[in-house]
Amino acid sequence: MNAKTQNTNNPWLHRFAVLTAIITFLLLGVGGLVTSHGAGMSVPDWPTSYGYTMFALPFKFWKGGALFEHSHRLLASGAGFLTTILAVWLWLKDSRRWVKWLGVIAFLLVVAQGVLGGLRVTLKMDNLGVIHGVVAQSFFILVCAIALFTGRFWGKWSAGEKMFCVTRGLRTLVQATTVLIFCQLVLGATMRGQHAGVAIPDFPTAYGKIWPDASPDAVAHYNAQRMDVNGENPITAFQIELQMFHRIVALTIGILVAFCAWLSWKQLGGGNPLTKLAWSWLALIVLQIGLGAWTIWSNKAADVATLHVLVGALSLVTGALWCIIAFGRREVETKIAPAKTISGAFGTSTAMAANK
Amino acid sequence: MKSILPILAFGIFGAWQTACAADIVGLITLKGTPPAETDLGSYINGNADCAAMYQGQKMPTTHFYVVGPNGEFADVVVSLKGVTGKSAGASSPPVVLDQKNCVYTPGILAIQTGQKLIVKNSDDCVHNVHSAPTVAGNEEHNDVQMAGGPDLTYMFPKAEMFVKFECNVHPWMKAWVSVFDSPYFSVSDKDGKFVIKNVPPGKYTVEANHRKAGAQTQDVEVADKDVTVNFTFVVK
Repeated sequence: MNAKTQNTNNPWLHRFAVLTAIITFLLLGVGGLVTSHGAGMSVPDWPTSYGYTMFALPFKFWKGGALFEHSHRLLASGAGFLTTILAVWLWLKDSRRWVKWLGVIAFLLVVAQGVLGGLRVTLKMDNLGVIHGVVAQSFFILVCAIALFTGRFWGKWSAGEKMFCVTRGLRTLVQATTVLIFCQLVLGATMRGQHAGVAIPDFPTAYGKIWPDASPDAVAHYNAQRMDVNGENPITAFQIELQMFHRIVALTIGILVAFCAWLSWKQLGGGNPLTKLAWSWLALIVLQIGLGAWTIWSNKAADVATLHVLVGALSLVTGALWCIIAFGRREVETKIAPAKTISGAFGTSTAMAANK
Repeated sequence: MKSILPILAFGIFGAWQTACAADIVGLITLKGTPPAETDLGSYINGNADCAAMYQGQKMPTTHFYVVGPNGEFADVVVSLKGVTGKSAGASSPPVVLDQKNCVYTPGILAIQTGQKLIVKNSDDCVHNVHSAPTVAGNEEHNDVQMAGGPDLTYMFPKAEMFVKFECNVHPWMKAWVSVFDSPYFSVSDKDGKFVIKNVPPGKYTVEANHRKAGAQTQDVEVADKDVTVNFTFVVK
């Protein structure tokens, strides 16, 4: 056991980290509802709310778009509070230096995220809203990772109870797929930040075709026919092409994650936690693709679009955690003679017979 | 004596121009069947304050296309294209945009640069007034307006078509304000009619602009009599 794998064995710290991760996930959801309902600017002032201290806004104002925006601010304050406690707790009680600093980074990131959200409102900048959404996803990965590192699983996993390595090829594939999911999330955040509603109203076709007509006349026709209540900005050819790109990347991610899951199974065996995680990842991606289609079919219904955001976040975190766990296996040497050796384009892996 | 002459000549010329000014009038029609308007009931019913304003009443719809029985096309903004530097907005009476029954009234309006736009809240609930111009020089605003609160006043120094006004507390609430650097504009009424008043003699390009149906232009020459120019839009 080395410094990286040493565990504090502090179950309450771990539970608190898990609680922080759950609250962060809820915060992502409420933040998603804010954007889905077009409510981001419903409370024009910050850090006050309609001139009141944020925590003293009378209930009569908790309506409409302000309900989502104000709830988001309160929950964000809660997440910030929990993260502060977590960072202090880690610094004082976790013996691993790198974990202490993860807590510090989480604290700095949540403060930055709060300021970003506030500036988005006071400076009236949609672009800051997009950055705010992307940073939120990154922060969620971080708190989930902290929850992982403070848990018993990480300690057992890293201690080498199960002797196997994950090939560089498989690790790289999962890593690249996770990065692609992150890029897809950035793309999705950009699309939502356009406030143009659904740029292409049908799926799997696009304006009745495999590839939509995005000529000026066609776009003028689309805009003339749109009776969207929330999509107040006219759509552009760029937005149509952006959505098509989003669809193509989604399909690519689906194929890649399926391949990752299959390869995990082939190399590591069905009983391996990484394989189980990979299959869960695939299930999330399938669900996410379905939610993407439903978002279009429902003309971007707020609850459906927000679910799409949340499952996207879970997909990203799952890939990230897989990478973290797999990289944690890189240094462990095989101590037991392998039952089976699997060779292929993604490297050679050895596994115990028990994992098959 | 010599210094008075240019001023006198200018004054006489101005008076002659005013005397010769005429109106540009016309009728705007829409051919074809526009898409059905979206019922706002599901949106309004999701908000207790606004739903209470419609008890026993029919819910409003969107007003993307306001068309009369014979194709009379309302909410088309008509202006003299390229005429700038003629704004009398600063000395013109203010224009009123009201928030009543959780909708903006009117939904389409036009003002001059420098002219005051007064936004009222006639509802018994809070709104936020978020104006989002895109032309440099026109400032974006986002202000809370309490029930019974004071009127809000805005002014735009630059010409711009269809500046969006919205309430994010009630996101279906939207109005579109066009700003012109001259007094020569009009918005077609429910009968599709428009009048651009007191246009000095000269040649002009009249532009009719609708948010959904697009824009059209026609060249006219104004002398000392009213000029009629009609537009016909076709649903795209």
